[in-house]
Amino acid sequence: MRVVLAEDLFLLRDGLVRMLEAYDFEIAAAVETGPELSKALAELEPDVAVVDVRLPPSHTDEGLQCALAARRARPGLPVLVLSQHVEQLYARELLADGNGGIGYLLKDRVFDADQFIDAVRRVAAGGTAMDPQVISQLLTRRSQDKPMVGLTPREREVMELMAQGRSNAAIASQMVITERAVAKHTSNIFGKLGLPPSDDDNRRVLAVLAYLDRG
Amino acid sequence: MDAIRGRIGSALLAAWRGLLMSFAALVGSCALFSLALVSIAMIPLGIGLLTTPYLLEAVRRHANQRRLLAATWSDVRIPVPYRPFPKDLRGGFLGQVERTTLMLKDPATWRDMRWMLVDMTAGYTVAVFGAALLLYPVEGLVLAAGLWRVFTDDRYWYAFVPVDSQATGLMAAALGVAIFAVGVLLSERLLRAHFVLARASLAPTEKQELALRIDRLTETRHEAVDTAASELRRIERDLHDGAQARLVAMGMNLGTIEALIEKDPAQAKKLLSMARESSAEALTELRDLVRGIHPPVLAERGLGDAVKALALRLPIACDVDVELAGRAEAPVESAAYFAISEALTNAAKHSGAERIWVDLRHGEGALRFSVTDDGRGGATVGGGSGLSGIERRLGTFDGVMAVSSPAGGPTMVTMEIPCELS
Repeated sequence: MRVVLAEDLFLLRDGLVRMLEAYDFEIAAAVETGPELSKALAELEPDVAVVDVRLPPSHTDEGLQCALAARRARPGLPVLVLSQHVEQLYARELLADGNGGIGYLLKDRVFDADQFIDAVRRVAAGGTAMDPQVISQLLTRRSQDKPMVGLTPREREVMELMAQGRSNAAIASQMVITERAVAKHTSNIFGKLGLPPSDDDNRRVLAVLAYLDRG
Repeated sequence: MDAIRGRIGSALLAAWRGLLMSFAALVGSCALFSLALVSIAMIPLGIGLLTTPYLLEAVRRHANQRRLLAATWSDVRIPVPYRPFPKDLRGGFLGQVERTTLMLKDPATWRDMRWMLVDMTAGYTVAVFGAALLLYPVEGLVLAAGLWRVFTDDRYWYAFVPVDSQATGLMAAALGVAIFAVGVLLSERLLRAHFVLARASLAPTEKQELALRIDRLTETRHEAVDTAASELRRIERDLHDGAQARLVAMGMNLGTIEALIEKDPAQAKKLLSMARESSAEALTELRDLVRGIHPPVLAERGLGDAVKALALRLPIACDVDVELAGRAEAPVESAAYFAISEALTNAAKHSGAERIWVDLRHGEGALRFSVTDDGRGGATVGGGSGLSGIERRLGTFDGVMAVSSPAGGPTMVTMEIPCELS
């Protein structure tokens, strides 16, 4: 799988390259500025891009803007955004087109290589990988709001993991229940959020979007 | 027709207000002036020491009332020049003596006295003239309507018209109408003239204004320095107790792991995961610290989006309305951000509100923003509340804050910082 990597700090870039290569990814390009990233995304057509939010030359949200622009040019281009901090505001912008293939994680998540690589693969496959911190912020706020969809505590738990982008199997093993039970919960959640049956992966993205949009 | 009716309506209103002002000038200023004068004269006898502060306080209230009316009725703004009392003023008799001296030393007190003299003479005349122009015509009309019969024997002068017959009565009425027309044209201007006159004698002189400004700057500079110093102390402490300590622990763990890795791989593995946890915690702490100093979204996107991000983290539903054509200077943005953040936190914690509205825009050379909630109200400034903190923060930038929070709500905190966008 070919990856374009954008990170301005040499140490982190180097570490990420090593880690991705160790897990059999092919590094198509490892760049350090916004313009380089835009060029690489347009020319190299990678399978997935791993992008730091803050990039030179502006040192603001250049990486995020480049990723969003590239996705407008190539809808559904898988992008995993890494950041020193995670904000719901940015999560919304990334998810807004509803195409999937989006990840938004704290940089700390690379500490757990298996989980991080799993997130990259999930995003590359068109799924989502949202940082648990964004999701938990979201859910604490929702739980204090009026019960807009009236999820049971169990369903809320499933929703939280689903919103992070986990598959039913992963949720089942994490919650120590059967996959069939997870499937039942997810279909209840979709029902309560008013999402009609369709391609299952996309509905998961839509469920997260539905949550974000009611903020 | 409507326009004329409106014109006459506002002229009558101005005349009525002029009448009120003339009353305030004649009764209020006259009485307060003489009482204050007597009281000051009695100071050598000792009695004046007790009464003077109260009387001068009343004079100031009287003057401030006029300032308020000038601003609301005729849009004439008269600055308040009084020197604030020092915070450590003593109580009891000694404090009273001190207050008297301070007030007598304040040039604004003497300007007040002079203003009252002007007010009860020229101020009164101007104010009452406006009212008279609209009242006097009534007499002309009444004369024409039949009152002239009473005066057939000996001449009654309505202005320069000798009234002794229906014909002259009608002339008086015509003159009355003419005066009324003039009154409609003039009464608002006369009311304004009254307030302009008050401004001329009440407003601080340039020297006074500079002195006040220096006082204010000294105060805000002290506060700014204090705040910055305590902020640095807090950051230092947080770094020292938090991230720094965790990194040291991590280094120690790594050292131990080095020694253990071959002897006891299981234990080494356990220590490794501990080291990883420490590094994650250190990162979280550093992240929180950075957010406290300069929030990342503020740095990346500017004030509008930073406030939106703030609203998203709030446990209460919050609508944010932003109209900014550019970015303000970083320190101003930061002050505004933290002021809004503090106001939002206050609202979320204490108001019991269900919804909060933030409004943020730039106009007339100032950044204006407000935080409104539908909670129970009753918020107060001062007494170490978060709101006074906001006031101090804004003061450094010559910004101001106003709080409207009647018991029962709603609460609205309005803030303003003069600045330009780029």
